[in-house]
Amino acid sequence: MDLFEYQGKQFFARYGIPVSPGEAVETVDDAVAAAGRLGYPVVVKAQVQVGGRGKAGGIKLAGSTDEAREHASAILGMDIKGHVVRTLWIERASDIEAEYYASFTLDRSAKMHLGMLSAKGGVDIEEVAATDPDAIARIHVDPADGLSEEAARRWVEAAALDPRATEGAVAILRSLYTAYTEGDADLVEINPLILTPEGSVHALDAKVTLDENAAFRHEEWAEYEATQVMDERERMAREKGLNYIGLDGTVGIIGNGAGLVMATLDVVSQVGGTAANFLDVGGGAGADLLANAIEVINADQNVRAIFINIFGGITRCDEVATGIVEAVERVDLASPLVVRLDGTNAEEGRRILADNASDHVLTEPTMLAAARRAVELAGA
Amino acid sequence: MAIFVDDTTKVVYQGLTGSQGRFHGMRNRAYGTQVVAGTNPKKAGTDVEGVPIFGSVQEAVDATGATASCVFIPAPGVADAVIEAAEAGIGFVVVITEGVPAHDEAVFFNRLKRDFPATRLLGPNCPGIISPGKCNIGITPGEIALGGGPVGIVSRSGTLTYQALHELTQLGIGQTTCVGIGGDPVPGTSFVDCLEAFEADPDTRAVVMIGEIGGSAEEEAAAFIASSMSKPVVACIAGVTAPPGKKMGHAGAIVSGGKGTAEAKIEALQAAGCRLAKNPTEIGPLMAEVVATL
Repeated sequence: MDLFEYQGKQFFARYGIPVSPGEAVETVDDAVAAAGRLGYPVVVKAQVQVGGRGKAGGIKLAGSTDEAREHASAILGMDIKGHVVRTLWIERASDIEAEYYASFTLDRSAKMHLGMLSAKGGVDIEEVAATDPDAIARIHVDPADGLSEEAARRWVEAAALDPRATEGAVAILRSLYTAYTEGDADLVEINPLILTPEGSVHALDAKVTLDENAAFRHEEWAEYEATQVMDERERMAREKGLNYIGLDGTVGIIGNGAGLVMATLDVVSQVGGTAANFLDVGGGAGADLLANAIEVINADQNVRAIFINIFGGITRCDEVATGIVEAVERVDLASPLVVRLDGTNAEEGRRILADNASDHVLTEPTMLAAARRAVELAGA
Repeated sequence: MAIFVDDTTKVVYQGLTGSQGRFHGMRNRAYGTQVVAGTNPKKAGTDVEGVPIFGSVQEAVDATGATASCVFIPAPGVADAVIEAAEAGIGFVVVITEGVPAHDEAVFFNRLKRDFPATRLLGPNCPGIISPGKCNIGITPGEIALGGGPVGIVSRSGTLTYQALHELTQLGIGQTTCVGIGGDPVPGTSFVDCLEAFEADPDTRAVVMIGEIGGSAEEEAAAFIASSMSKPVVACIAGVTAPPGKKMGHAGAIVSGGKGTAEAKIEALQAAGCRLAKNPTEIGPLMAEVVATL
C-alpha cells in the first residue's frame, strides 16, 4: 500500500524523523487558512501517487495569500499522469543548502535490508544509479542484528555528505530504519533529505510503501486504507476480500494461486485473447469467496466470457464447484463461464457441476482448451 | 533417492488442530507420510485422529523423534513457530501459511542462518514438498504425483507446481522430489538450493523449474545452471503479460523499475541452456523429449 506524501510525513514524524510543519487540505479556502497558520513563504504540493509532479506544475512556492490562493486553485483538480489531485499538502518553505537521498528496502538476493544514501539527492535516484553509481553509498543491514550507530556513522561518512550534516543524518537514518522495520514498510525513501543553512537536517519529501501482510498489527493503517486510490472494480473486490487487479481485456479471469493466475493471463494472450483482470482467490477458497469473485467479474462491463481456472491443493474443487453453482443462482450472469478443475477433490467438483448443468457453465479438461473456449466465446 | 525428505522423515504439525492443519495433516498421513505429532499448548494431551498433540515442539521431538515440522498456524504466529521448531532441533521446517509480514521473514531467515545453520526452512507461503511414494508434507495433492523419478521439480508458485506434476504424471514421467519454494520476498529455500540438491541426487536426471516475475531468483538460478549443472532443465516463467508496477498476488511477484521482467528471466535461462515452456501445459511434452534422450 502506497502512502501519499502527507501520510508518509505523518508516518515519519511518529518515528521521530524531523519533517517540515504542514497541513493536508482539500479546498482552496482551507489551503489559504493553513498557509496563514504556517507562515509564508509556503510550498503548495499536489498529493498524487506518481512521480514527476514538480515538472507537471504540481509543486509551487507561495509568498502571499494571493499566491497561495492562485496556486491552490490551479493545482486542485489538476490531472497529473492520470492522477487527479484531490488533496494538497501546504508546508512551510525551507531554505536548502544541500539535497541528499536516503532509503531502505529489502534486497531480495542478499536477503538483507539495503540502505542507500547519496549526496546527489533531489533528482531521480534511478538516474544517479545509472550515470554515477559511485555517488550512492550502500549498506546491507542484517535484519537479525539491526542498524548500529557505528554502522550508520560509517555509512554517512562513505556518502561524503557535508560534515555539518553528519550528526543529523546519523540520527535520521537510525530513526528511518526503525520506521522501516517497526512500521512494516516495504520501502521508505526520503528524496530530498535536506541540509539547511543553519545546519539542521530534515525530510522534505516522504515515500512510503507499507506491507499489507502486516496490517493485523497496525490499527493505525485504517486511515490509509480509506484514501487508497483504486478503480471501482478494485474497490468492490477489496471489500469482498479478493486479490484483484483490473486490466483492459474481455476475458474475466478467476484462478487460485498467483502463479497460476499469471500463467492463465499468459495463455489467454497466447491464444489471441485479452484478460480483463487478475483475480486470485488464494489458498483454501470456499464457496462464498468463489461466488463473490464471480460477482465482481460479472460487474465488469467489458467482460464477454469468464474463465475459472482452479488447480486444487489447499483449495478443494468440490467447494469451488459449489461456489459456482451458488453464484449462478445468485448472480444474473452476463457472460458464460468456462471452468477447468483439477487437483484436490476434482472429480467431486466436476460431478457437482454436471449435476447442476446450465447453459452458462461450460467445462473443459485442460487449461489450454479452456483458454481457447473462453477466448472464442469472448469473440476476440 | 529424493532430496530433503523421504520415508524416514518424521513430521510434527504445528497447528494440526486447526481446520487446514487437520485436513492436510490427515491427507499427508493417508498418503504415507510419518505424521508423528501435532502441537497446540492449549490442547496438549489430546489427539487428532490418533496423532498425539503436545504443548511444544520440544516435547513432540522428545516423545516422537520428529525430524521435520510443518507449520499451518496463522501468519501472526509464524515467526515464533519457526524459531520454536529450530530451537527444538528440527532440521527441516515447512511453512505453508501465507500472508506473513516480510519483516518477520527477513528476521527469521537471518536468525536461522546465524543461530541454527542446521535447520532448513521451506516457505513461507509455499505448497510444501513431496517425494512421491515416500513423503508428502504440505498441501500438494499426492495423487497427482508419480514416484520413481527421473525428474525433480522446483517452483515458486503453488498451483503451477501441481500443474507441472500433473502434466508429467499424465505422460508417465515420474518424479524424485517436487519442491514448492513459495512466492514470498524471502523464501527459506531458494531455486539454487534445490538445483544444487537435484544435481547431487543420483536418481534425479532432469529438472523442471517454474519461476515467475519479480526479484532476481530466476537469474541467479540461470547463473548456477550455466556454471554448475550437468542435468538438463526445462523452465517456465509465469507473468509474461503482467503489467509493470502491479503486485500480482504474491508479495514477490512485481515488475518494478524495469527489473524482474519475464523477458529478462527467459533470456537468462535460455542463455544457460534451459528449454523454455511457453505455458505450464507445454512442460509435459518438452520434458518427454528430454527424458527420451537420457
